[in-house]
Amino acid sequence: MTAQTQARVAAHPFFAALTSHQRALLAEHAGPHSFADGDRVFAQGAAADRFWLIETGSVAVDMRVPGRGDQVVETLPAGTVLGWSWLHPPYRWHFGARARERTEAVVFDAAAVRQRCAADPVFGYAVLACFTPVIIERMQATRLRLLDLYASPNEIARAEAGQAGGQP
Amino acid sequence: MTGSAQAARAVPADPAVPRFYRVVSRREDTYDTVTVELAEPTDPLPAFAPGQFAMLTAFGIGEVPISLSGFGDDGDGLALRLGHTLRSVGAVTRALHAAGPGQLVGVRGPFGTSWDVPSAAGHDIVVVAGGIGLAPLRPVLLAALADRSGYGRLLLLVGARSPADLLYTDELHDWRERGVEVAVTVDRPDNGWPGHVGVVTTLLRPARVVAEQTVAFVCGPEIMMRYAADALVGLGVPAKRIRVSLERTMRCGAGWCGHCQLGPLLLCRDGPVVTYDRAVELLRVREL
Ligand SMILES: Cc1cc2nc3c(=O)[nH]c(=O)nc-3n(C[C@H](O)[C@H](O)[C@H](O)COP(=O)(O)OP(=O)(O)OC[C@H]3O[C@@H](n4cnc5c(N)ncnc54)[C@H](O)[C@@H]3O)c2cc1C
Ligand code: FES
Repeated sequence: MTAQTQARVAAHPFFAALTSHQRALLAEHAGPHSFADGDRVFAQGAAADRFWLIETGSVAVDMRVPGRGDQVVETLPAGTVLGWSWLHPPYRWHFGARARERTEAVVFDAAAVRQRCAADPVFGYAVLACFTPVIIERMQATRLRLLDLYASPNEIARAEAGQAGGQP
Repeated sequence: MTGSAQAARAVPADPAVPRFYRVVSRREDTYDTVTVELAEPTDPLPAFAPGQFAMLTAFGIGEVPISLSGFGDDGDGLALRLGHTLRSVGAVTRALHAAGPGQLVGVRGPFGTSWDVPSAAGHDIVVVAGGIGLAPLRPVLLAALADRSGYGRLLLLVGARSPADLLYTDELHDWRERGVEVAVTVDRPDNGWPGHVGVVTTLLRPARVVAEQTVAFVCGPEIMMRYAADALVGLGVPAKRIRVSLERTMRCGAGWCGHCQLGPLLLCRDGPVVTYDRAVELLRVREL
């Protein structure tokens, strides 16, 4: 860990709710990382052994769809966190991620952070409390998109008629 | 302006009687949405303010409320030209969507409350638009750009279903060139889409909205407006300084029939633009 990494973790809004001591503990497992435009950050199914605070640039979260290539499901801007599959078994990425432009980030050794969380529940709870609102926010956003709010009423009527027709 | 139009100036508008305007231009914005310019009124209506709406008649078919999306005030307090953007969703909007130059359209109005852009003078203007909701917000940007030094930052955050559904793509570019901070996100990107993917509220944080300086203008599907307004409140923008445009079925447009009631409000008269502190509780009541 360098003082510079510690300062970068402190400057990022994602861990703002932690105490400076907790941030310093986290920074022990962190380092700087940059991605060029188009770099793959991680691939779907690979070991989820890191997470990142995006400082500048942005990252696209994607999923490989047979016949359609990598489909972007969401983009993550600067100021947020990338990656939480490391929090729970099987510790594998459910999606892929690729930098959409030059992106600066702080990368964390996820296994080390997880071990520290397990060993120090107060620290672990505080870290989880930073992740939970983001997870909830992204789940709500996904639900909103499922509602397809911008769809034309014609299209919705067609879809509903199709569903009704398909029922036994 | 024709002589007869000038002579008609003194005649007060009967809100129940449509005036005749002619379609003078028609631009296809997307596969289902057009922007039409109505002009050459036989009898011009009073000027429209951004946020207000007209009842547009497709003769022989019906009448629908459509917001002002462009011009609405040619000086002298008259609406000699009216800009409207409409999406073809049913019988009436389909007919209006198909109306080409030369065709007559009935117009009543102006109805409802306005965005009251001048009252945001000295503040940053944050416009959050979802889908066709960008149409009623376009005059907010045009008004702010026409008096650029009167406002702080101009931010436009747009959410659309897909790149093909994006409205005013040329203008978005032009507004960017003129200093508007424009961010666009879509729910369903195509393979060439280089921009953001996700809901419009995800654009708020990176936009670095300065809550205490912000007046926000929000329009889109009701649920989207609620989420966007709640996100703005979460950033510290007071609900009083968030304006939303609410929609209910309109018939008379003039506060007579009660079709547009939302709790204590008649939205054709007390809306469509209301501040979020008034709207927030009403939008949570399922029965309204
Ligand atoms: C104050 C106000 C301003 C509006 N401004 C615009 C505008 O600038 N541009 C524009 O394209 N539309 C606007 N609308 C919506 C427009 O009035 C409706 O799309 C129109 O009334 C539909 O009439 P129709 O006969 O074409 O279709 P209908 O047959 O009446 O409806 C077709 C389908 O559209 C749905 N629908 C009807 N009204 C709405 C609505 N308000 N919101 C969502 N779905 C609806 C119906 O449930 C139905 O499924 C506005 C509505 C209001 C109340
Ligand atoms: S539409 Fe008739 S009262 Fe509002």
